[in-house]
Amino acid sequence: MKDEFKPRIIGFLCNWCSYAGADLAGTSRLQYPPSLLPIRVMCSSRVDPLFVISAFLRGADAVLIAGCHPGDCHYQEGNYYARRRFACVRKVFETLGMESDRLRLSWISASEGPRFANVITEYTEKIKKMGPNPAKKNIFL
Amino acid sequence: MKELVEKIRKIFSDEKLELLIGYTKGTLPLRSTPGLIESADEADKLIFDFTCCNNLAKYLVDEKKRSGNTHRIGIIAKGCDARAVVQLVMEGQFERENVVIIGVPCKGVIDPSKLRKKLNGKEIIKFKVNRDKITLFGKNFELELNKNELFSDSCLSCRYPNAVQYDYFIGEPSEPLGVRDEYASVDEFEQKLPEKRWTYFEKEYSRCIRCYACRNACPMCYCEECFVDRSTPQWIGKGNDLSDTIIFHIVRVLHTAGRCVDCGACAAACPLNIDIRMLGKRIEKEVIERFGFTPGLDFETEPAMATFKENDKEEFIM
Ligand code: SF4
Ligand code: SF4
Ligand code: SF4
Ligand code: FES
Repeated sequence: MKDEFKPRIIGFLCNWCSYAGADLAGTSRLQYPPSLLPIRVMCSSRVDPLFVISAFLRGADAVLIAGCHPGDCHYQEGNYYARRRFACVRKVFETLGMESDRLRLSWISASEGPRFANVITEYTEKIKKMGPNPAKKNIFL
Repeated sequence: MKELVEKIRKIFSDEKLELLIGYTKGTLPLRSTPGLIESADEADKLIFDFTCCNNLAKYLVDEKKRSGNTHRIGIIAKGCDARAVVQLVMEGQFERENVVIIGVPCKGVIDPSKLRKKLNGKEIIKFKVNRDKITLFGKNFELELNKNELFSDSCLSCRYPNAVQYDYFIGEPSEPLGVRDEYASVDEFEQKLPEKRWTYFEKEYSRCIRCYACRNACPMCYCEECFVDRSTPQWIGKGNDLSDTIIFHIVRVLHTAGRCVDCGACAAACPLNIDIRMLGKRIEKEVIERFGFTPGLDFETEPAMATFKENDKEEFIM
């Protein structure tokens, strides 16, 4: 049990929705695995692909970008641009032969504490199955 | 060439150009060099043939930056140069009315890295072209090749050999070479196992010396300060580390996603014959399939990454 793999997931959470959603999950005392390292950003579209790459480079097993639901972005359209951008990032990873599922997006509103807990639980399980990020050793030498 | 020179002279004075960007003869056989023409009299220096592999739109952005976007500049444009100009206008790099696009029919251009591979260190002194064949002559050797063996991969599958948008067009439009199906190489590559794909890129990128010639040749890389040169924060190391090199290639391809016109100028500029095209081409395909966008075709469609649809596919969202 001692050597059980505990995934480290870097979460870029938008200030207006998903970060508040995470807060709500916390204040509601919902249980979810302690695998997420949250980083608050003002909008999902603030996330530069370089943030994601740097996270992998520094040992992250996965990256989750969470923002407001489509139509609800505090800046009206940010999450739509983020969606296009990260569709391309995932394709680049996949083409290179990396596992694109180590990068996911999610829409979580400020009132969706339970959904936040679920997404983290589900994603943690998935990454547990995938194992530690091989990119740590192979790709980013 | 005579028709080109005469027509350009006329355009130069009719349009009251202050500058024209074209190609002139290079100092080595089978090489041309971008040339800036400042008066109609200088037009006889201009050439256009299968050695013109630079994307001249690059010099247009440079010039616009230097001169502050005010005067009219003419540009000789193959299909891909013209598409780059259109995309740059769409990105607000300069005004449409400040550039005069002079289309020329392109029949494919040489990829210098393919030439280098064929020559294997030997030097050519002269060459002779006979329709589809080209013969290279050097000290104690003679090599007959099919022109297609030297043409850039971008040209072999190019869909737009003639400027789609232009102000003038000199000559008869060309037919696409059509040697290869456009996405044949990426589709084939995608059939490989992920590990095989990784090994391939690792092998390619590990030879990269990060000279950034590929970036410098690209009309779409016009950032005042490229992320690789930034020191606050320093995104990537300056040394010869493979992870840093891979970050450069990933980010470059992302920054040119939905903007790259597949002109092949980056590949042509690489001194190490690195396969820069494969990854970019796969992303180009993704942008077409997902967002239905091909860069540089018209002055109306919003570029893919500057717009969105509410119902864009989101199968990767949890
Ligand atoms: S031109 Fe070639 S060697 Fe230079 S940075 Fe680009 S890929 Fe690397
Ligand atoms: S990335 Fe290469 S092929 Fe694409 S526009 Fe730039 S120079 Fe041309
Ligand atoms: S690689 Fe990116 S940051 Fe660098 S010049 Fe090109 S577009 Fe700009
Ligand atoms: S503010 Fe939440 S995604 Fe834009």
